[in-house]
Amino acid sequence: MSAVTAEHEHDDHHDHGPEKGFMRWIVTTNHKDIGTLYLFFALAMFFVGGTMALIIRAELFEPGMQFVTPQFFNSMTTMHALVMVFGAVMPAFVGFANWLIPMMIGAPDMALPRMNNMSFWMLVAGVLLLASTLFMEGGAPASGWTLYPPLVLQTGAALPFAIFSVHLLGISSIMGAINIIATIFNMRAPKMTLMKMPLFVWTWLITAFLLIAIMPVFAGAVTMLLTDRFFDTSFFNAAGGGDPVLYQHIFWFFGHPEVYVMILPTFGIASTIIPVFARKPLFGYSSMVYATAAIAFLSFIVWAHHMFTVGMPISGELYFMYATMLIAIPTGVKIFNWTATMWRGSMTFETPMLFSIAFVVLFTLGGFTGLMMAMAPIDFQYHDTYFIVAHFHYTLVPASVFILMAGGYFWLPKWTGNMYDERLGRLHFWLSAVSVNILFFPQHFLGLAGMPRRIPDYAVQFADWNMVSSVGAFIFGFSQLMFVYIVVKTIKGGTGEKVTDEVWEDAAKHSLEWTLPSPVPYHTFATPPKEIPTEHF
Amino acid sequence: MQKINHKNLGAFKQFIILMRGGYSVMKTQQLFAGLVLMALSLGTAQADYTLNLMEGVTSISRDIYGLHMLVLWVCVFIGIGVFGTMFYSIYFHRKSRGFKAANFHESAKVEIIWTIIPTVILILLAIPATRVMIEMDDVTESEMTIKVTGWQWKWEYEYLDSGVHFFSSLDEASNKARQLNSGIDPRTVANYLLEVDKPLVVPVNTKIRFLFTSADVIHSWWVPDLGWKKDTVPGFINESWTSVEKAGTYRGQCTELCGKDHGFMPIVVIAMEKPDYEKWVVEQKSLAVANADAATKEWTKEGLITAGEKVYASNCASCHMPDGAGLAGTFPAITASAVVTGDLNAQVDLMLNGKGMMPAFGQMLDPVDFAAVSTFIRNGLGNRVGDAIQPSAVKALQAAIPEIVYDGDDE
Ligand code: HEM
Ligand SMILES: [Cu+2]
Ligand SMILES: [Cu+2]
Repeated sequence: MSAVTAEHEHDDHHDHGPEKGFMRWIVTTNHKDIGTLYLFFALAMFFVGGTMALIIRAELFEPGMQFVTPQFFNSMTTMHALVMVFGAVMPAFVGFANWLIPMMIGAPDMALPRMNNMSFWMLVAGVLLLASTLFMEGGAPASGWTLYPPLVLQTGAALPFAIFSVHLLGISSIMGAINIIATIFNMRAPKMTLMKMPLFVWTWLITAFLLIAIMPVFAGAVTMLLTDRFFDTSFFNAAGGGDPVLYQHIFWFFGHPEVYVMILPTFGIASTIIPVFARKPLFGYSSMVYATAAIAFLSFIVWAHHMFTVGMPISGELYFMYATMLIAIPTGVKIFNWTATMWRGSMTFETPMLFSIAFVVLFTLGGFTGLMMAMAPIDFQYHDTYFIVAHFHYTLVPASVFILMAGGYFWLPKWTGNMYDERLGRLHFWLSAVSVNILFFPQHFLGLAGMPRRIPDYAVQFADWNMVSSVGAFIFGFSQLMFVYIVVKTIKGGTGEKVTDEVWEDAAKHSLEWTLPSPVPYHTFATPPKEIPTEHF
Repeated sequence: MQKINHKNLGAFKQFIILMRGGYSVMKTQQLFAGLVLMALSLGTAQADYTLNLMEGVTSISRDIYGLHMLVLWVCVFIGIGVFGTMFYSIYFHRKSRGFKAANFHESAKVEIIWTIIPTVILILLAIPATRVMIEMDDVTESEMTIKVTGWQWKWEYEYLDSGVHFFSSLDEASNKARQLNSGIDPRTVANYLLEVDKPLVVPVNTKIRFLFTSADVIHSWWVPDLGWKKDTVPGFINESWTSVEKAGTYRGQCTELCGKDHGFMPIVVIAMEKPDYEKWVVEQKSLAVANADAATKEWTKEGLITAGEKVYASNCASCHMPDGAGLAGTFPAITASAVVTGDLNAQVDLMLNGKGMMPAFGQMLDPVDFAAVSTFIRNGLGNRVGDAIQPSAVKALQAAIPEIVYDGDDE
């Protein structure tokens, strides 16, 4: 509570609230407003990408082509992935970062508020540009989100627009990352040493460094595509002395850390929520930090495990196999830590905790298949089948997306001052948790039985599980509308029950934001808090 | 399939029943039990259906299967440990049971244990994996070589030792059924999407080296029963080997996204006993001679048109559409096309060398097929030009084009 009083005492010049009306959302430099913008944008894109997924699953409901042409199908798989990765999951985590990092470290705002505004609007521009390619001659890119040449060079008019959109998204991400690093390094409350930062802040700090390292690499790769197509270079064209596989190396040097960009903040939020509802400190704070750093480091040296079948020399195959298998160790440390945190806690199972537990369980399944695929010889069977599709959806949907939901339920009462409807929240959880497994678990069987990924139609022996998977997809997709309903209802007053400042029992022992009033005022921590929570140390 | 569907429904119902009844966390355990049950009952209901990886018919594929089962069991074992602990805790250590939270945290000993044990397990997994990887890589002492070239959207096979050479694409029945709203039930088509016009034939118990390359974009050649897939990269050559131990028919598909018909370029391998294989090679050779003869004789226009209709269906219709109407914005129409109704030489030139996404058919079609389809499109699909080109003329033109030149980007 000390922080709040501190703020009121120093409240002499910034009584002014947000700008009035619509312009507030255009020109805002307030971290909370920008966080809200990011989160709503991400939620909207979640439904855009989700609609594309349902088009895919509708076509795959039965063998035979019923709804779309194969070319459009390929555009859908490509756009679904790009929209989900760059439009939904990444921006959602940036939204949480904006809302939470300043409050968690006791800072009044992000270090670079104007750049913060710019990076959001750049993101919107990038995603809109990408979406506009759907209406261009020749259709949207249809070469998969990996954009492999030479296939991607067969894209119609959309190619340069898609590439420019990647540039915009990259700039936006880099600006966001710089902002986060600057904030964390410069604006922490006096007592908050690096090793006393909440884990969400830690994981974002590491993620931000990953982003700065990889986005320029991706931008470089797509720029080479651009010059290959329009300026007669031959980076990826063997006839001109280039190599199409070079692109894959560059892409995955970006791409593998990129998947960790989507999972490290997930780890951070899970590590925040589980101790609160287990009423116990995180089992190993410092080992969590080191494990995160280890995963981030390893993520740079394993990229070619996506390329075991491109024809690498045996030494390359073996190196990338060993390096990839190593990732299982810090990943295991994390999973064991969450389990040990729950062990002999005094647990309750509110919606955020339910989503977090499901995350630990289902992410572990994704980790298991990851380990299986890391074994190079077996990956010669698994690669580019539905087994891979199952793997990365387990690591992304019931992992990253579930934790985003968990975070939403966890902090929404703090942000709005209103309690969400717990009964509906749990229903949303159970619908999601069951349907996500109906959706993705059968895809393991399909992949093992021999169904390649990215195909619009399949042999009839794959029909049954595809049908099950599609049923799961529709239940999952429509269940998410509940989330929108719950969020809107909470913002509008929720259950009517006013929440306390802590919201959750003893939450203020865990992190600074719970020491602020609910709903949080527009400006917080104008002066840094003198004390910080010490529960985990 | 019908009968099997009933059984599935049973399993599915079981699963739904398990899912019912409130949302206590205990149900999560049942969820997994349900999934496993569903998997098991399906597995027994359907003998021809695989839920698991196939063992395959080569020593490598069996090694891979063994590794797969090994790592799968390791995961199951760890999973039981972790999830067991977690669910025990979820059940017993809950506030509603009045359980008071302990406050232990940070233990270097525990952290070290749960770092060392996984490391040991990983090393134990890496050893056999390394052995299999090295074996897969060893293409030496092969007895024959087959060169595989990926094309949008068919496979080209060249037996470098015997000179047998042909293209292999999706069979006609599947191709008809897979058109948008074709009205044909895929279940009535034998081996839907897994059948080709000309399968790859190989002898059993022979170490065969494969060379892979591509004429356009990257494809990947995968037959699960052989145990591996390999990418075909334009401008580069990859190697792999196999030795099939059992005669039979093995099916696979392209597994690297290669454009719109990526899902429609299957692979069929027929492994034969050696004497049968030798017979097959002799047949192929005499067929090639007959084809060469056919190319030298004079054909009637009608003969060419009739032959050309088939060639069109299997080579051109996927883009220019069966009725020649094309696809607006992407693939030009054949009907009333300026090229097709214009100068014959210009048309033949375009077909020989390709343009943009249009493949170069110069090396893909033999002179008879090439002449036939060239003549067919000028005199069919609504066109009435009236002229024809002879196979012998095509042959002369083909002789003049160089071996495959890759040109990834021509607008
Ligand atoms: C124990 C940790 C993990 C290991 C060992 C692992 C390993 C692998 C391997 C070997 C592949 C390539 C498979 C193939 O294409 O044949 C792969 C693909 C993939 N993984 Fe993981 N993975 C792990 C965790 C994750 C996490 C945490 C995420 C994301 C949050 C993730 C996302 C993906 C994605 C998106 C792909 C497929 C990309 C594509 O081909 O489009 N993985 N993983
Ligand atoms: Cu990776
Ligand atoms: Cu292909």
